[in-house]
Amino acid sequence: MKLLRHLLRSPGFVVGALLLLATLLLAFLPPLLLELDTSRRVGLAYVPPTAGRWLGTDHLGLDMFALLVSGLRSSLYVGFLAGIVATVLGTLIGVYGGYKGGWIDDVLTACTNLFLVIPSLIVLILLSGSLQEGRSLTLIALFIGCTTWTWSARAVRAQAASLRSRDHVALARINGYGTLGIVCLHILPYLLSYLFMVFILQTASGILTESVISMLGLGPYDTVSLGNLLNQAIRNEALSDGAWWAFFPPMVLITVIAFALYVLNTSMEGVFNPRLRK
Amino acid sequence: MAAILEVDDLRLHYLTRLGKRVQAVDGVSFQLQPGEILGIAGESGCGKTTLVSGLMGLLMPPLHLTSGAVRIAGRDILRLPPAEVRRSVLGRDIAMIPQGALNSLNPTRKVRDLATDVILAHDEGADRRAIQDRLRERFTRIGLEADAVLNAYPVQLPAGMKQRVVIGISTLLNPRIVIADEPSSALDVSSQKAVIQLLFNLLDEGIVSSMVFITHELPLLRHVAGRIAVMYAGQIVEIGTTEQVIFDGRQPYTRALMGSMLSAEPGQKSRKPVAIEGAPPNLGEPISGCRFAVRCPVAQSDCAQREQVLREVAGRHVRCHHAR
Amino acid sequence: MPADTPCFEARNLTRAFGHGARRKVAVDDATFTIAEREIVSLVGQSGCGKSVLAKLLLRLEKPSSGELLYQGRPIAESGDPRAYWRHVQAVFQDPYAAFNQFFTIRAQLKACFRLFDQRPPEREMEDRIDQALLAVNLRPRELDGKYPFELSGGQMQRLLLARIFILRPRVLIADEPTSMVDACSRAGILEYLMKLKQELSMTIVFVTHDIGLAYYVSDRLFILHEGRIVEQGTPDDVTQRPTSPFTRQLLDDIPSVHRPWVTRA
Ligand SMILES: Nc1ncnc2c1ncn2[C@@H]1O[C@H](COP(=O)(O)OP(=O)(O)OP(=O)(O)O)[C@@H](O)[C@H]1O
Ligand SMILES: Nc1ncnc2c1ncn2[C@@H]1O[C@H](COP(=O)(O)OP(=O)(O)O)[C@@H](O)[C@H]1O
Ligand code: SF4
Ligand SMILES: [Mg+2]
Ligand SMILES: [Mg+2]
Repeated sequence: MKLLRHLLRSPGFVVGALLLLATLLLAFLPPLLLELDTSRRVGLAYVPPTAGRWLGTDHLGLDMFALLVSGLRSSLYVGFLAGIVATVLGTLIGVYGGYKGGWIDDVLTACTNLFLVIPSLIVLILLSGSLQEGRSLTLIALFIGCTTWTWSARAVRAQAASLRSRDHVALARINGYGTLGIVCLHILPYLLSYLFMVFILQTASGILTESVISMLGLGPYDTVSLGNLLNQAIRNEALSDGAWWAFFPPMVLITVIAFALYVLNTSMEGVFNPRLRK
Repeated sequence: MAAILEVDDLRLHYLTRLGKRVQAVDGVSFQLQPGEILGIAGESGCGKTTLVSGLMGLLMPPLHLTSGAVRIAGRDILRLPPAEVRRSVLGRDIAMIPQGALNSLNPTRKVRDLATDVILAHDEGADRRAIQDRLRERFTRIGLEADAVLNAYPVQLPAGMKQRVVIGISTLLNPRIVIADEPSSALDVSSQKAVIQLLFNLLDEGIVSSMVFITHELPLLRHVAGRIAVMYAGQIVEIGTTEQVIFDGRQPYTRALMGSMLSAEPGQKSRKPVAIEGAPPNLGEPISGCRFAVRCPVAQSDCAQREQVLREVAGRHVRCHHAR
Repeated sequence: MPADTPCFEARNLTRAFGHGARRKVAVDDATFTIAEREIVSLVGQSGCGKSVLAKLLLRLEKPSSGELLYQGRPIAESGDPRAYWRHVQAVFQDPYAAFNQFFTIRAQLKACFRLFDQRPPEREMEDRIDQALLAVNLRPRELDGKYPFELSGGQMQRLLLARIFILRPRVLIADEPTSMVDACSRAGILEYLMKLKQELSMTIVFVTHDIGLAYYVSDRLFILHEGRIVEQGTPDDVTQRPTSPFTRQLLDDIPSVHRPWVTRA
């Protein structure tokens, strides 16, 4: 409760949370209230926004607002899934290495560093490029998660290594707990708030990465995502036709989500970290 | 001689989250003379740190002033606006070395930068070069290796050195009074000795004029303080010279406290320290009669009813109507 | 086991951390024995290697070289570590850091029954916890549902000792058990340590930076300096006829009521 009060007092948190809430509402509310169809043509190509059709149409004459809402949902899905995969992988590897120390840690750290120097975006592009059909949203998210966990592994390892020498871990050991028990009961609880922040950052970077891949035309097959919309707009001369409604809204949305998540993260750091709290 | 610090029937209370009222300091009065070191001793939770917050004029929720005054050179700092306290009192009139100060240094900045900030905060126009010279001069004068220490990050320093750096930084503005809240309790005996030596240097060099030294180690106060006040449950129960309080305590609590300490004199092994049974009273509830009555080994039937006041016994002041 | 097998025996015991230029020898070539039912104090300034030596004895650190025997057998090879920890237990310096903030005190006391191959039935565990709490003067019902941060330092340190009353080990390693509690609770903690020794005829290794305290509690003192044992002997020998300058330093540094200490110019 006290934590929540501290959080609510930090302007960054309030702004970030409100923005995030707004995007979530935008993603999930309209389909309940309006009839949105992303496959039916509703007019000519690139019809500008009107009172009834807020964002006009795209190059095929589909309703741009419907596309945007559904693209937002896909992007959020990819982001969260990638975030979860990256956080879980990074946490497992980071905590295990950090707690065990010794040669196990050395090997895991070496692996992490190896993955870190391989440019993950290029790997992703190659991976996506090599899969033509069947590039589903979930698969892309898994790809992203599996190539970006290195960052969280490094961050978590450092934390776990500092917890390892704490007295309560020593006490747990002489109480007869094995490695699994110690990690789950005596290390992870202390890392929860930190992991939550890692997860937020990983989600933001998942959303951004997906947009980049999709914009290059390597995104999910037959699904709309924000990056996909951008790709379509660029490929079909929305820029030269002055059809700003085709590329501007997805761009703004991507920026807003990423911004909201980053602000949330920094504001929480100020609250969770008592040193910075003041 | 006029007192440099005057505490007049000070009462402070905490208002807890659940609306409970904890009277942590309940009628404390004393005076601090120029050049004097006053020791304050007492069990954990007896209100020492709370008293310090009052002396510094740092009354922030949940801590509130009930009544009383703290006067520095005649000026009542508890009735100044907080901004004014921060600007003209803290660091200049009075400086504090907080309990647990070891971890109060920002770990990401060098000692040099931390110290420079303190000076700049009070004198924005100060010349940077002049500040560096001043820092080097000051650290050398109080017996620290200026160049090595100033260029280190706090984490690179051993605990004892870190504590001395905290003291060096807190006294940069030549405060007249320093309040040290258990400055050495977390250190090993050798570092503790170095910290005390540093505090003495500050006095001898005329950098500070008087000191209030808080600790639960009576043997330490024997060497540090000229006068000692013993606190129990938010009140002073005995105040007198060091000799009087340590070797000839008249208040039963003072004697029990002394008896619970041990010293390592050869041949003293047979003298067994005796723990004080029981726990101090809950300050969240009203207490009547002598606050020490339930634990007092020499309590008599009238003690639990009779309100105790400080009165003079054998040249010092004692809160116990049976003391002779 | 022959009657005179020492409890611990160390030969050239060394523990170093790091490599190359950053190598730091925390325990350096220590050779000693500790007899059954003896109280030995490890004394030295902070950073001299007391805690690392304590952790070696506790099997929480592995020696880099040298030998460490418990009851005549190398401890690293004595099989199941849980069997070892049923014999050798510890209390730590900072009682707040020693408990997990996320569980109640009772749950954490109960965790030590994990060391037994057969956990006693629920009722018996509760009873034994209550008895142990009473043994260190804590009222069991007052602690119900409480978390570590809701108690004072003195109470927390007594909880660590309550754990020992539950487990009744043969050896107790006490790493500065009194340095974080206020001077008034110190006498109480020492009283319980003595009670443990008398009731359970325990071997105790007492770690402290205060040679005065060590003098008071122990049968023998080891003085450590930069990882080396620079002097060992009975309390009277060591304090009255110190042979090492480091011992003399430690003696000079304690503030005693009866002797001059730091003097002002
Ligand atoms: N924030 C708070 N809210 C409510 N009560 C408090 C608060 N801080 C301290 N107290 C209570 O006020 C009393 C005095 O506390 P204080 O910290 O001044 O003791 P102390 O003498 O400095 O003890 P120690 O030796 O442990 O530092 C205690 O009963 C404590 O429980
Ligand atoms: N896990 C570790 N890694 C590296 N150095 C260590 C480790 N543990 C202890 N040391 C070092 O070993 C020395 C002795 O430490 P320690 O035994 O904790 O001292 P103390 O006598 O205060 O208990 C110190 O210099 C410390 O920095
Ligand atoms: S008044 Fe009575 S109970 Fe209180 S200290 Fe004196 S003798 Fe003890
Ligand atoms: Mg205090
Ligand atoms: Mg230690």
